[in-house]
Amino acid sequence: MGRVIQFREAIAEAMSEEMRRDETIYLMGEEVAEYNGAYKASKGMLDEFGPKRVLDTPIAELGFAGIGVGSAMNGLRPIVEFMTFNFSMVAIDQIINNAAKMFQMSGGQFNVPIVFRGPTASAGQLAATHSQAFESWYANCPGLKVVVPSNPYDAKGLLKSAIRDNDPVIFMESEQMYGDKMEVPEEEYLIPLGKADIRRAGSDVTIVSFGKIIKEADKAAEELAKEGVECEIIDLRTVRPIDYAAVVESLKKTNRMVIVEEAWPLGNISTELITHCQEHAFDYIDAPIIRVNTADTPMAYAPTLVKEFLPNAERIIKAVNKVTYRD
Amino acid sequence: MPKKKITKSVYLKWYEDMLFWRKFEDKAAALYIQQKIRGFLHLYNGQEAVLAGSVFAMEENDRMITAYRNHVQPIALGVDPKKIMAELCGKVGGTSQGNGGSMHMFSKEHNFFGGHGIVGGQIPLGAGLAFADKYLETGAVTLTYMGDGAVRQGSFHETLNLAMLWNLPVVFIIENNGYAMGTSVERTANHTDIYKLGLGYEMPCEPVDGMDPVAVYNAVQEAADRARSGGGPTLLEMRTYRYKGHSMSDAQHYRTKDEVAEYQKKDPIGIVEKIIKDKKYASAKELEAIESRVKDLVNDCVKYADESEFPTADNLYKNVYIQDDYPFIKTF
Repeated sequence: MGRVIQFREAIAEAMSEEMRRDETIYLMGEEVAEYNGAYKASKGMLDEFGPKRVLDTPIAELGFAGIGVGSAMNGLRPIVEFMTFNFSMVAIDQIINNAAKMFQMSGGQFNVPIVFRGPTASAGQLAATHSQAFESWYANCPGLKVVVPSNPYDAKGLLKSAIRDNDPVIFMESEQMYGDKMEVPEEEYLIPLGKADIRRAGSDVTIVSFGKIIKEADKAAEELAKEGVECEIIDLRTVRPIDYAAVVESLKKTNRMVIVEEAWPLGNISTELITHCQEHAFDYIDAPIIRVNTADTPMAYAPTLVKEFLPNAERIIKAVNKVTYRD
Repeated sequence: MPKKKITKSVYLKWYEDMLFWRKFEDKAAALYIQQKIRGFLHLYNGQEAVLAGSVFAMEENDRMITAYRNHVQPIALGVDPKKIMAELCGKVGGTSQGNGGSMHMFSKEHNFFGGHGIVGGQIPLGAGLAFADKYLETGAVTLTYMGDGAVRQGSFHETLNLAMLWNLPVVFIIENNGYAMGTSVERTANHTDIYKLGLGYEMPCEPVDGMDPVAVYNAVQEAADRARSGGGPTLLEMRTYRYKGHSMSDAQHYRTKDEVAEYQKKDPIGIVEKIIKDKKYASAKELEAIESRVKDLVNDCVKYADESEFPTADNLYKNVYIQDDYPFIKTF
């Protein structure tokens, strides 16, 4: 039986269900307890689990991220919330040098079952420091897994898998998705990490994307369908590891590909996919693959500058027209 | 817990342990010159009393975590020293099967949580170990070590605050050996009494003579008792000295030979040896037997490390993820 819930409720349900089945899981972060979450993604959890398992922290990301990693080395399974991944930059030493490396450095003695979660990328006119997408940064680092859901159903199933995973997982949401609604089953389900989803089937062109920006691809596909162009949209859902097989399979069918990613263009998930496709599916590519990324600048404040910075449906349509030689 | 008696057998154990650690490190330096050990190599010579006194205060399940001057701590906790030497040499017989090297010793079995290469990065980890022990009510205490250089990192200050806020069973132990690499304590802050940094967090804190294992033991025992009984963290500043350079590549232009010689007069092994001789705890012959055992064991370590193999290339992928079928990207 399904019911319609918000993205933020899907996150809270995933955490709460897992915390009910495993006493070693706890949640900490800024405003997660008494305030019910800066974006209400942990609403009701302090009431249910108490202050031992739902902990407000001071604004000290480096310190509490490190305490999370240490506790994961000693029998616990922490969920560490960053109010945004922009703030994870002051904690990144603990993520890259400790969480991601511990298993190897210790020769397989200490794994780190931890989830770092929170919103990523832009969320309106928040200007340069609050609008950054670090998916490709974290995905670059061996030892981590990086999950970027695009809807409430996926968010719940993926977060439950992330919490049960025995390796460190970066789980990236969006302030602009927390209010998104969708039918989500009452009964338990999990979605495996590392598996892409065919969000829309089509035969003319493949659009690969992930996270909230995929909604721009949806809009573009709707418009293009009116003109008889059928887009296949692949939602990666996980960007480390990447489900390359799903991408290549779709490319072999459509022979044309556009990648939509909210990220700076130098060395991101898009460039990785293009490299992979030309290495492994060269003979199936009928037009140069195009990526639609952010501008190669920090995001600025004014609405005109935000529009110039971000990928949008209009640009995606142009890119599709180019790879299908309709421009 | 009442203070343990420092008996004849304790002094003899301290003497043999500290002598072994010293000789083990000396041998590691020799192997470094022979290029059997590569990378960086940071030696513990001079600081042995801190470890000897601390370990005597520890209970069975207590944890230890430190930075990259970390070869002899796991040995003190019971790890076979042969495995440490093999790890230094990058061999499969090492504690991390050659994955970690000099800066990254670990032993889950003996509650040694590393071995960490980034200055200050291990401090919140130590508080995290204590967080888990409080959460799981194990009764264990974590000894978290750092150098004097690490106290200028933000991780130190954030962790002290959080450890007090959450009343964690942890003892923070600064091994103040006078220099952060080549920069003296005086050149890193406008104050030099590092222990006083605890005052800002209302954390019990004190300076300790880090050349004297008895003083170290007393301070750590008191701090561990406080942590175990729910009294929260303590900050101890062990005033110690390292005889060798920061690492093997350090020419030590920042200090004089006289300064080193001055500290060597307070050498912890010398202090304990004098007590043993004064109190006639051991005859000259018995002391010779200890030296001989130490020498043999160091040689056994080298033999084991020499005979152990380098890991085969496929091992590179073995310990990155606990997931056993992680799909690594492989390029040409």
